[in-house]
Amino acid sequence: MAETTLAPPEVQAETLLDSNELVLNMGPQHPSTHGVLRVILKLDGETVLGTDCVIGYLHRGVEKIAENRTFQQFAPYVDRMDYVAAVSNGLGYCMAVERLLDVEVPPRAQAVRVILTEINRIASHLLWLGTHALDIGAITPVFLCFREREEALKIFENYCGARLTTHAFRIGGLQYETYDTFEKECLDFCDLMEQKLKEYHDLLTGNRIWVRRTKGVGILNAADCKDYGVTGPLIRAAGVEWDLRKAQPYCGYENYDFDIPTAETGDTFDRYMVRMEEMVQSCRIIRQAVDALPEGPIKGKVGKVIKPPPGEAYVSIEAPKGELGYYIVSDGSLNPYRVRVRPPSFVNLGALDKMCRGSLVADVVAIIGTIDIVLGEVDR
Amino acid sequence: MEQLLANPYVPPLILTAVIILVFPLIAGYIVLAERKVLADLQVRLGPMRVGPYGVLQPLADALKLMLKEDVIPSQSDKWIFWLAPVLSTFTALSAFAVLPLSDRFFVADVNIGILFILAMSSIGALGLILGGWSANSKYSLMGSLRAAAQMVSYEVPLGFATVTAIMCAGTLSMQGVIASQLERGVWGAFDNYGLMLIPTVLFIIAGTAETNRAPFDLPEAESELVAGFHTEYSGFRWALFFLAEYAAIVVISSLCVTLFFGGWLRPFPNVAALEMPLNTAFPAALFALIALGCSKGVFRQALAGFRLVMAALTGLFLLVAAAFALPAANELMIGLFWFGFKLAVMVYMFIWYRGTFPRFRYDQLMDVGWKWLIPISMFGLILNGVVQLFARG
Repeated sequence: MAETTLAPPEVQAETLLDSNELVLNMGPQHPSTHGVLRVILKLDGETVLGTDCVIGYLHRGVEKIAENRTFQQFAPYVDRMDYVAAVSNGLGYCMAVERLLDVEVPPRAQAVRVILTEINRIASHLLWLGTHALDIGAITPVFLCFREREEALKIFENYCGARLTTHAFRIGGLQYETYDTFEKECLDFCDLMEQKLKEYHDLLTGNRIWVRRTKGVGILNAADCKDYGVTGPLIRAAGVEWDLRKAQPYCGYENYDFDIPTAETGDTFDRYMVRMEEMVQSCRIIRQAVDALPEGPIKGKVGKVIKPPPGEAYVSIEAPKGELGYYIVSDGSLNPYRVRVRPPSFVNLGALDKMCRGSLVADVVAIIGTIDIVLGEVDR
Repeated sequence: MEQLLANPYVPPLILTAVIILVFPLIAGYIVLAERKVLADLQVRLGPMRVGPYGVLQPLADALKLMLKEDVIPSQSDKWIFWLAPVLSTFTALSAFAVLPLSDRFFVADVNIGILFILAMSSIGALGLILGGWSANSKYSLMGSLRAAAQMVSYEVPLGFATVTAIMCAGTLSMQGVIASQLERGVWGAFDNYGLMLIPTVLFIIAGTAETNRAPFDLPEAESELVAGFHTEYSGFRWALFFLAEYAAIVVISSLCVTLFFGGWLRPFPNVAALEMPLNTAFPAALFALIALGCSKGVFRQALAGFRLVMAALTGLFLLVAAAFALPAANELMIGLFWFGFKLAVMVYMFIWYRGTFPRFRYDQLMDVGWKWLIPISMFGLILNGVVQLFARG
């Protein structure tokens, strides 16, 4: 919507009541734009005629920074993009560099990577659930979700000392061996989640107000999803069985038995149900991975100095929010020549206008919530 | 002194002064109760720092709000911006004039008391509309438009439910409604063979909407409109809106308690055998239990000052418990106790809704109001009327 521009204040004041259209600026300081997203809404009464996203308030030039850091030095930076799913970011980056180096990651390291990534997926979805419910006006779920997320963060803290921006993985494998009670804590976390998910379903799924606020809101069908390049829970809610963990398995995901939850209409309620079911499936994967955790080394044959041969690699993984891709070009030096990130939040956010048109103001915050964006990843 | 009290104008004036002075404090403590109850529902503690268990938090909040800078946006319509919170607070507090707090504590028992309350709450909506309009901010404007639409829509089912109750009681006077429930020996909610439950439920729903409380808090929908109609208000003006909101909650709850739950009457007012256990033992035991709870805090608090506060509270509640055991004091306070007790249950429910329900969307709110509540309330009115005419015992 290129034609939407903000009129100067005096013109706005004049046209505020006279015209049918109202331009409303939402954000970057707004309670439910999930950070510093700015959305310019064109309204007719409460009906949304069009939206215009203004992004970049959190731009830190992460991709440019990469060119001035060595491959190892850059690894912690990727955690700062999608900071609620830092483990997934790290996994994607490490896998891309490993492909450049052409190293094999030992099976134990791969299994631990799967466990931590899936725990992170649950943590990310919990944060999404809490804030999404908060946007729709239910103020209690967010505290319950944070209570459970705390358990996930405790596992990260015990494993690598950090809770949020974990930097859990290293190029070639892992830095740390798992701790003594790691397996037990992971299984306990799965038990807890399966029990608490019922609580969330009791609180929200059967609630008539919740259903009315989410059913038929922000519909994005399969064709539109493909047109916009939307991935992750959004495309699965539209009925497309597309999950990179199944489509092009990495990290040994082919060894685990799990389902891809899908829905049909692609509205907010479907995306809610898909994410809720994904948490159950993540628990399944964690259980299998913990049960079959192989013994052995945790790091592949990687030297102290990482200097990949000239070339390029693109690796994409299924992050909690969708397809997360890393494209890395190496010129044979210590630093990457170019790093390009394909962030799921940014691409999914592109469909906001399509989803919002014709809906109401209250739906816009619900839709922003259901896309599940993290501005650190959108702006990079 | 005797002479002074015999003057018909003096006791109401004293009571008015007391209400105006004390209610802000009560509202502050309702806010604290809300924060504590919500915290309990949300696995956290709520305010814990100002005073033991946060009991002095309302005073700190009030002080903070009074000391804040008084900001009036430069583009706003200043007179209306000034008038709006005053209007809201004035109307909300004047409705207290006809509330029957007990058989002896009320400012006025006018024969159109219920109409007066409804009129005042309608004018109160004007304060919200003007406040949002005058600030010249888009968020405020949308909030006030929502407030206007919502209040107009939900006043209709509220009115129908009230009319049903009035019909059942046969009077518009608040004390008269309670007297009729005493005479019939049944609460308004269960009269007409239980059919009065229809207007009771509708009244609670519409009353929640009328006071802009969750899940009908669209005019101030935090996650959409930042703060809705009071986005541009800050400091004491904002506090006045806040006061008005809580005053409206108390008024609507009082109206509900009076119309449907027997006002200041004890449960089963006609069963003489329950007089002692309900009127003496229950309040005395209740306050003694609260005192016991407070007394634990005397030993648990680390700071000497906090221990002192807890000891004072223990003493206060023990005193109240003892007062209920004395027949003379009991007779004076028992009506007030039951009214307050029922009011507290209603207010707890308001807080409970807020902790449980997501917010309605604007069009759904109108849907529920016009397509469900209004037809059902009309049906309830007709049904109760017919039953009352032909089948009333």
